[in-house]
Amino acid sequence: MATPTPDLVMFEEEYQQIKDTLQRLQVDSNSKICFLVDKNGQQIAVHGDMTGVDATSLASLTAGNVAATDGLAKLIGEKEFSILFHEGERDNIHISLVAQRVILVVIFDDRSSLGLVRLRVKKASAELERTFEVLLRKSEAERGNLANRFDSPFAEITDEDIDSLFSE
Amino acid sequence: MTFINYAAREINCKIVYYGPGLCGKTTNLQWIYDKTNPQAKGKLISLATETDRTLFFDFLPLDLGTVRGFKTRFHLYTVPGQVFYDASRKLILKGVDGVVFVADSQEARMEANSESLVNLDKNLKEQGYELQSVPYVLQFNKRDLPTAIPADEMYRLLNFKGEPTFEAVAMNGTGVFDTLKAVAKLVLTELKKK
Repeated sequence: MATPTPDLVMFEEEYQQIKDTLQRLQVDSNSKICFLVDKNGQQIAVHGDMTGVDATSLASLTAGNVAATDGLAKLIGEKEFSILFHEGERDNIHISLVAQRVILVVIFDDRSSLGLVRLRVKKASAELERTFEVLLRKSEAERGNLANRFDSPFAEITDEDIDSLFSE
Repeated sequence: MTFINYAAREINCKIVYYGPGLCGKTTNLQWIYDKTNPQAKGKLISLATETDRTLFFDFLPLDLGTVRGFKTRFHLYTVPGQVFYDASRKLILKGVDGVVFVADSQEARMEANSESLVNLDKNLKEQGYELQSVPYVLQFNKRDLPTAIPADEMYRLLNFKGEPTFEAVAMNGTGVFDTLKAVAKLVLTELKKK
């Protein structure tokens, strides 16, 4: 039986690191958009021109895509397919797994190439992996005292707060 | 799995609508989509067959506003109800924060309801969750049909831990938001405990 993945908690410092990595990747790989999604379909960070792209849908469909491919891999006895590539007439999508838990999406056109993207993704993945290692350790350590910290917003959620969400 | 983003001050939660085929999971989402103001919702994505049966999932992102300075965003998913899509259902349950079980009130569908509930229990266990403890709400849909069996009979059949239960007619919206509100409340209350 699998244990559920622990809640992901994002902190300012690591968020900035992740954004820097994505920015470098976007420039180095000459791509249009670099996008990081949690395996459950939650958007983590993005760099690039997202005009006209529905980020939330992109995130959930990517996660669905990866999950389905993961299921296929298990069916034939593979651990995972770590890279997915979709080729279009104008734009292409390169999807890869980082640290077993997040998904790196790179959207590029003919100003770049699959080879270049793969190469740069490899480097960025190593960086992201290190960041997530720190992040996981940190959220593990924080978990215990999060509830006791005065700035924890959740301990104080009242029924009124919740009701007010639906007040329209 | 709730995703708490301190940097962007956001909470993201995932709610899954579960239930047998044709019980009205997609109709629930469709109603929520139709009745929510455009700023608060994203696109409703339906991965369905040509005959409008859900093939993989429906997905609707909802912004509910701010709690204690944190933007609260709910991602609503449905699973394909048909028995043979079990592999897809398992995938969608990954990282779930709350479950709505939509039961079909028609007498002829009672067995399908029970079967789907057992399937939910089994699939949740495979992901490391317990139906006993996961935020969970029950909905009796299609109450308007003449073949619907009495609600208290359904309650005896399907309610197993006193979970909040709602009668609904998803086609005209009856009970749809009550159900969503109840599950959202349970999910946020669960956050409080963490």
